[in-house]
Amino acid sequence: MSGANDPYDPKQVAALSPEALDAAVTAATEAFASAADLEALAAVRPGHLGDRAPVLLARRELGALPPAARSDAGKRVNAARAAITDAYTARLAVLEAERDERVLAEERVDVTLPWDRAPRGARHPLTTLTDRIADVFVGMGYEVAEGPELEAEWLNFDALNIGPDHPSRSMMDTFFVAPEDSGLVLRTHTSPVQARTMLARKPPIYIVAPGRVYRTDELDATHLPVFHQVEGLAVDRGLTMAHLRGTLDHLARQLFGPDALTRWRPHYFPFTEPSGEFDVWFPEHRDGPQWVEWGGCGMVNPRVLRACGIDPDEYTGFAFGMGIERALQFRSAVSDMHDIAEGDVRFTTAFGVEQ
Amino acid sequence: MKVPVSWLSEHVDLPAGITVEELDTAFVRLGFEVEDVVRPPQTTGPLVVGRVLEIEELTGFKKPIRYCQVDVGNAEPQGVVCGARNFAVGDLVVVALPGAVLPGDFAIAARTTYDRVSEGMICSVRELGIGEDHAGILVIGSGEDGPAPGTPAAGLLGLDDVVFDLEVTPDRGYAMSLRGIARDLAGALGVEWRDPAALTPPAWSGQPGWQVAVADPDRCDRFSMLAMEGLDPAAASPWELRRRLGQCGVRSISLAVDVTNYVMLELGQPMHAFDRDTVTGPITVRRAAPGERLITLDGADRALDPDDLLISDESGPIGLAGVMGGASTEIGDGTTNLLLEAAHWEPAGISRGVRRHRLPSEAAKRFERGTDPEVTVIALARAAALLAEHGKATVVGAPVDLDVRGPRPVIALDAGLPSRIAGVAYPPSQVLEALQAIGATVDGDGDGLEVTPPSWRGDLTDPADLVEEVVRWVGYDDIPSVLPTAPPGRGLTDGQRRKRSIGRALADAGYVEAPTFPFIGTAQLDALGLDADDERRQVITVRNPLSEELPALRTTLLPGLLASLARNLARGQRDVALFEHGSVFPGGERRPAPLPGVEHRPDDETLAALLGAVPPQPWHVGVALAGHREPRGWWGPGRSVLWADAVQAARVVAEAAGVELTVRAAERAPWHPGRCAELLVGGRVVGYAGELHPRVCSALDLPARTAVMELDADAFPEHTVPVAPSISTFPPVLVDLALVVGGEVPAADVAEAVREGAGELLEALRLFDVYTGPPVPKGAKSLAYALTLRAADRTLTHEEANAARDAAVALAAERTGAVVRG
Repeated sequence: MSGANDPYDPKQVAALSPEALDAAVTAATEAFASAADLEALAAVRPGHLGDRAPVLLARRELGALPPAARSDAGKRVNAARAAITDAYTARLAVLEAERDERVLAEERVDVTLPWDRAPRGARHPLTTLTDRIADVFVGMGYEVAEGPELEAEWLNFDALNIGPDHPSRSMMDTFFVAPEDSGLVLRTHTSPVQARTMLARKPPIYIVAPGRVYRTDELDATHLPVFHQVEGLAVDRGLTMAHLRGTLDHLARQLFGPDALTRWRPHYFPFTEPSGEFDVWFPEHRDGPQWVEWGGCGMVNPRVLRACGIDPDEYTGFAFGMGIERALQFRSAVSDMHDIAEGDVRFTTAFGVEQ
Repeated sequence: MKVPVSWLSEHVDLPAGITVEELDTAFVRLGFEVEDVVRPPQTTGPLVVGRVLEIEELTGFKKPIRYCQVDVGNAEPQGVVCGARNFAVGDLVVVALPGAVLPGDFAIAARTTYDRVSEGMICSVRELGIGEDHAGILVIGSGEDGPAPGTPAAGLLGLDDVVFDLEVTPDRGYAMSLRGIARDLAGALGVEWRDPAALTPPAWSGQPGWQVAVADPDRCDRFSMLAMEGLDPAAASPWELRRRLGQCGVRSISLAVDVTNYVMLELGQPMHAFDRDTVTGPITVRRAAPGERLITLDGADRALDPDDLLISDESGPIGLAGVMGGASTEIGDGTTNLLLEAAHWEPAGISRGVRRHRLPSEAAKRFERGTDPEVTVIALARAAALLAEHGKATVVGAPVDLDVRGPRPVIALDAGLPSRIAGVAYPPSQVLEALQAIGATVDGDGDGLEVTPPSWRGDLTDPADLVEEVVRWVGYDDIPSVLPTAPPGRGLTDGQRRKRSIGRALADAGYVEAPTFPFIGTAQLDALGLDADDERRQVITVRNPLSEELPALRTTLLPGLLASLARNLARGQRDVALFEHGSVFPGGERRPAPLPGVEHRPDDETLAALLGAVPPQPWHVGVALAGHREPRGWWGPGRSVLWADAVQAARVVAEAAGVELTVRAAERAPWHPGRCAELLVGGRVVGYAGELHPRVCSALDLPARTAVMELDADAFPEHTVPVAPSISTFPPVLVDLALVVGGEVPAADVAEAVREGAGELLEALRLFDVYTGPPVPKGAKSLAYALTLRAADRTLTHEEANAARDAAVALAAERTGAVVRG
């Protein structure tokens, strides 16, 4: 090793000679290039970039050079070292890419395999359709009202202008509750919720009441003894049949598409006057676009308002009700009511968690 | 109400060429739903009227056969073989000639039968497709009256007619008649019509034909009666009358009965005919006395109620007024003398009678909807004319007409009301026109109208009723569509959101919703193995159940859920997890609900009693599952349903509801006594979960290890707003801890002690292993917990972490006897 301050010609120091450095770079590049895999590359690395590698050894000689020569030689050493590092890095990248490609190819799987380990559940389409209808009304500012299924006879009938001897009382096919004087029935419609709401609150009232109702019909393809209705009631100043129609048209569009409309036919309900039944134009019907019977509606009979403590001279109201099974039946092309009532998982899961 | 178009067209000038579809639309717009359009059966080829000229009785066959010579309008009579015997020489019959094809592709050809050539067939109503009667052939007349032989029979038989079956709503009693339908239809079509009631009764003279008194004028404000005599008992109803009755669905019985039915269909006035010779003494219309009985026309011996209104004579009751006549005065084959009754009854009383005696009849259907009191005598006159014409009967004396009607009600109507209710600007002239079109008399001018509804519209009592008539008359289609603006709403309530969340969470957890009918019976409760004093046996029963086996309302969701589960399994499903949520109906002592009036709002006390009499109907949530909870697959063998799935379902429900659930061991039917968890929320038992008792599984034919859960979601406390936790960003210390405890010690108790002992540094605690077997002593188990410890404000030192762990161990040791596993 040379002394620190000896007059010195760097080119005379063999290790720092351009030739020697070039040779080290060449040797390293060749060694790296000939390494076939990452292990081989790792094996040759110390010989060219390790502590005892020629370039590193040459670097130690720099200290022996006079300051004037040191800068020049230093640049040469650094350049050589950078070249070797670059060659190593480049080869490493190539070999890593090769390895990754190989390994990932080996890890290939069949992505079409099923992974249905978690069982599938679903809410019943009656529930989800009920929610959807309620949401349409909530969106209009209505509130969702509820009432009991086992209901006071007075609320199910009398308060709704269906007196004890009214013919439609026997037409309602009511389930009566024991004992005979219980004064209770299984509600035949969701309309008692109207009465409950009007008895409890002052107008303006805008409510929608979905729920389960009962009629003494035997279960068959088109009848259910237990089914669901959704009832709407609005009581306010200046409400008209035009507002009723607007509301029903809006609901029809939300459920049956932008081209849906309603058509009315005069009908009779004791609790509304005038009354009507309404059909909906359903363009997506599986048997082609057609009118489908849907529900009943009308202006709240002033007698009902009076029985509930609302002044019919100040307020008017409209009410409407429709069967949810019926809507489900034609909206989703259900051909047999048994399917709605029997809880077969194949039926319900077809609708998913939300519809 | 069945309406033949041919009959209608007698009273309404139907526009030429009007189609069935156009009539259908007109009826619907009037509010008469068309339930059915009955078109005549298809018959082609020659079908003519024939007159029987000769009858040759053929013998020597299995049954008597007739060979008839029939004049069918040709030069020579036609020879026809016939097996029926209900006709005589001179009768007019319907003959299908060779070439005719009757309904059911029944082709008629000349053929040899019974050694004779039969050139056609004499038809029965069933062969013609216009009735069910096959007892004999159809005789449409006899003697010189009637159509000429050879006349095409199609029109006569109604084969070119169409019958509309209209649904008449309970308010429109007037429309239960040709008269009412004709009036409305003529108005809707804008054509002329003729009122069949617009006839003037003859000027009968003399004493009334019978003595009658009405003791209950409130229930009968007009009673009319006409006596007739000399009816030819052999006189048959003319074919046209019989045909019309048949088209309207009324069976032909005898001339007198047919005539009363015909007049009822035509005018809407039900009538009753008594055999005058069986009526003893004056007739009284009165209420039944206690203990009185009446054998009605249907043969039933009925105990009468003091509310029953009777027609009675000196012998006692002879008819249930407006509902059904009595057997003792019934018209028979030999009846020649009659009393015809036409009355106006108070509708509600008729309704009560119909319900009390379960006797719905065509007459009662009209009376309870309200008939026109103006036409009683007109109906008598119409019937008398028909009986005279077809049965040679003559009127005796003058009619009885006890008329105590009050003045007709006048309704004050603000002329602007229809517009304000409908949202359509009806000009005053249109309002007036509509009211007059329905037959009302309108007085007054400007806005204040005095409207007297017509006598046949007892349903019109309020201004709102008149509004409906105006809107209906102008047309419902004219009402525009305007969306009202509701005031801002509150959205769904917390309770409503909770119900939705619970349903969604269970669906997300793999449960399929299966709503069932809430009817149960003793057998279902027995199958669950409930004790005799189990509160779920206290049921509310339905007085008129659809099935005698299922008379009660459910007190638990389990019978329905398990039935759905069994049904799915029976249909080939193997792995089924179901849920249901809905009301249950616990029984128990109750007070009857009051029935206040409806003139105004009930007072607060009555209202509170009313609402309080309705029993609480808590909202339950239940699950039932069987088979695999996780299916087998290429990943492995899958996992069978376990008691723990049911408990976990309760936790899913609690989490969705935002409440904290704890469980402890319990015993309760129908669960396995060692695999039943009591579910608690806020210290209150809300339900149970676990494995079904093996006996219950076998009783219900369910797989072993079926798991069920049921809880009362209404027992959950109200939703509270969650408080955010403080999230520490300092590193946690993770500590595993295995504790050995006695086999009977609940894991929940150990966890509780660990949680409490570790104190506030414990961020999370998870049981990751339960181990029994060596080296854990027999009868003990090792519970391995992973503790995550973390401080809010600093990095925990090991000393602090160890202190927390040691405190947890100490408390667990103290409470549960736990020792750290070495």
